[in-house]
Amino acid sequence: MKSVYVRPLDLRSGHVDLAHGGGGRAMQQLIGEVFRRAFDNPWLVRGDDGAVLPALAPGERLVVSTDSHVVSPLFFPGGDIGSLSVHGTLNDVAVMGARPLYLSVGFILEEGFPLADLLRIAESMGRAAADAGVAIVTGDTKVVERGKGDGVFITTTGMGALPADRELSGAFARPGDAVLVSGTLGEHGMAIMAQREGLTFEGDLRSDSAALHGLAAAVLEASPGLRLMRDPTRGGLAATLNEIARQSTVGIVLEESALPVSQAVAAACEFLGLDPLNLASEGRLLAVCPGAEAAPLLAALRAHPLGRQAALIGEVVADERCFVQMQTMLGGRRMVDWLAGEPLPRIC
Amino acid sequence: MKYLEAFRDGGIARTLAEALRREVQPGRAYAFMEFCGGHTHAISRYGVEDLLPPELRLIHGPGCPVCVLPTGRIEQVLRLALDRPVTLCVYGDTLRVPAAGGMSLLKARAMGADVRMIYSAMDALALAQREPVRQVVFFAIGFETTTPPTALVVREAARLGLSNFSVLCCHVLTPPAIRAIAEGGEGGGAALIDGFIGPAHVSTVIGTRPYAPFAAGFRKPVVIAGFEPLDVMQAIRMLVRQVNEGRAEVENEFTRAVTADGNLKAQALMAEVFTLREDFEWRGLGILPRSALRLADAFSGFDAERRFGLEYSPIPDHKGCECAAVLRGVTRARDCRLFGTVCTPETPVGACMVSSEGACAAYYAYGRSRDPGAAAA
Repeated sequence: MKSVYVRPLDLRSGHVDLAHGGGGRAMQQLIGEVFRRAFDNPWLVRGDDGAVLPALAPGERLVVSTDSHVVSPLFFPGGDIGSLSVHGTLNDVAVMGARPLYLSVGFILEEGFPLADLLRIAESMGRAAADAGVAIVTGDTKVVERGKGDGVFITTTGMGALPADRELSGAFARPGDAVLVSGTLGEHGMAIMAQREGLTFEGDLRSDSAALHGLAAAVLEASPGLRLMRDPTRGGLAATLNEIARQSTVGIVLEESALPVSQAVAAACEFLGLDPLNLASEGRLLAVCPGAEAAPLLAALRAHPLGRQAALIGEVVADERCFVQMQTMLGGRRMVDWLAGEPLPRIC
Repeated sequence: MKYLEAFRDGGIARTLAEALRREVQPGRAYAFMEFCGGHTHAISRYGVEDLLPPELRLIHGPGCPVCVLPTGRIEQVLRLALDRPVTLCVYGDTLRVPAAGGMSLLKARAMGADVRMIYSAMDALALAQREPVRQVVFFAIGFETTTPPTALVVREAARLGLSNFSVLCCHVLTPPAIRAIAEGGEGGGAALIDGFIGPAHVSTVIGTRPYAPFAAGFRKPVVIAGFEPLDVMQAIRMLVRQVNEGRAEVENEFTRAVTADGNLKAQALMAEVFTLREDFEWRGLGILPRSALRLADAFSGFDAERRFGLEYSPIPDHKGCECAAVLRGVTRARDCRLFGTVCTPETPVGACMVSSEGACAAYYAYGRSRDPGAAAA
C-alpha cells in the first residue's frame, strides 16, 4: 500500500482558510497539529465526539460555568486571549468554591487568521490549563468568512467539583460582614485600554490575568464562615458589589482610602477620566466573610503569592435599597453605581 | 499621583470645612454655581457637599459639552451620518445623546452608520489621511478647552490639502453662557446665584480677564478653581469671603495653571481658524448671539455644514424633560419628574443624563442614595 503524504500545516506563515472548519481532512489536520498537540490529554487523543469523564466523589456536586472571549487586541502585556479564556472560566468555577477539573472550548476563527497566531494562542491555553491542573477535554472549531469575525473568538466552559458541605452565593452577604479584595484593581481593563488606544504611561500596565483556584482554596481554609467569592471582571468591582448587594438585599460601604490601586492604573485613570472601580480585573478575588473572620482571612490572602496586596475594603450594612456607597478620601460619601454603557473617557 | 492626592487630602478637607463653618454668617444663605461639568463631577465624585455647612448650596451649571448641545444639532449630525456616505468621528460622550424619537448616534451606528469614537481630534485627521477614499467628518464639540485641538487639525488638513476631511463645528464659548445664566429668565439668574466657581481648563486657555466685565456688571464674584475637590472647597471659601465683604471680583484659586492672559498661542490659533457665529442654539439657554464658533472663511472648505449643505432647524425637547431648567440652575436634577424613572444613564431622555459631567448623570451615579425614595436597582 502506498503511504500517503500529507503536507504539514504551514504554522509559520500559513492562514486559516474555510476548509479548516469544513469537517474534512483539513479540519482534522488543524485539530491534530494545533489543538491536540497544545492541549494534550487522553480524552482529546481518543478523538471521540465527547469526553467521558469519571464520576465525582460521593456527595460532590458539579459546578459548570461558561464564558466567551472576544478581547481585542488578542495579545496584550500580561497575557493573551488564550490564557484569558482559561483563567476567566476556571476562575468562575473556583470562586463558586469548586475545584476546577475540566474545560471545553469552542473556537470561531476568521478566514485568513495567521496560523502562527493560532498556534501561539493554543499553546498559551495549554500552558494555562496545565498550570492550573485542568484538562481541556473537548472542543469545536468553526471558520467564518473574512470580515465576519475578528480573528478569533473563544468560548470556554469550565467544570469543577463542589464538596458536599460547601455553599457560597452572592445572596449570602449579611450586615456586619467584611469585604476583602485580593489585590490592586483594574489592571487588566487598563492594560487592554492602553494597548487598544496606543497609550503609553509611565510604569507597568500589565493584565493581572491569573488562575485563582489556589488563592480560592486558601480563602476557604482561612474563613470557615465564608459567604461568597467573586472575580470582579467586566464592570469591575462596582458591578460585582452591586450584584451582591442586590442578590443579598443589603448595602455595602467601601472605604476609598483602603482600595488597592497601582500607581500606573491610578495615573491612567486620571488621564482618561475613568474610575478604577469600573475596570475589569482577571486575576483578583473578592471575598465576603463574617466580620470576625476578616483578620485571619486578610492574613491568609496576603500570605499567598497572588494576594500580597490584599486589603479589607469595606463592610456590608443593612440597606433594603441595596446601595453600594463609598466613604471618600476627602471625607464625604458617594454612591458607587454600575457603569452606564462602555467606559468612555471624558472629553474635557 | 502623589501630587494629585495632595489635592484630595481628607485632613486638609476637614480643616477647610471647619474654616467654612466659621466663616459663613449664621442665617445667611449662600448659593454658588459651579459652571463646569468638571467641577460638578468632582463635587459628586468626592462627596464635597457632605463637608459643607448647611448654609451653603451648590448649583450645577451648564458647562458640560454634550449637555448644552440642543436636539437639533444631534439631529443634524444624525442625518449626516445616516444619509450621506461619510465616516463620522465623535468624542465618546456624544454617542448616547438622545435625539428625537429615542435616536442617538449609538443607535445610528447599530443601523449601519459609520460612526467612530475617537479620543482626540488628531485621530480623525489621521483616519482621513490613512483612508483617502473616505469622507471623514469630525463632530467638534466643547468649550474653549477642546477648541484649540480642532483648530490645529483644521490648519493641518489645510496644509496637507486634504479633500476628504471636514469639521462639523459646534464649539461654544463660556463667557456668553455665564452671562446668559446671570441674566436669568424664568425664575433663574442673578437673583438665584451669589457667585460662580469659574472654569478650570477653559480658563487655562482664555485666562481670567474675560470674567471681569461679568463680575463687575452683575455684581457677582467669580473664583476660578481647579478640578480637584480641595480646589473647589478653597474656591468656595474665597467666594464666601467675597460675599461677606460685599466684593464682586474675579479671583484665581487655580494659579498653578491659570494666568490673567491665558494661553495666547491657543487664542491666536482659534482666532485664525474660527470666527463667531451670528447666533447658536444652546440646550437650556436658548439662542445666544455670538456664543459659538464656525470655521473662518479661509478654512470654509473644511466646513462640513457647507460641504454637505446642512441646514439647521431647532427641535423641541421632550415635553417632560427639564434639562433646560436644570442647566440654568433653576431646577435640581432630582426634582425632574423623569429623573431616575424613564430617564436614566441607560436610557437618557435629556442630555444632562448622558455625560458623567452632566448634573443629572452625576447625581444619578453618585448622589441618589441620599434620596429616601430611590433604590439602587
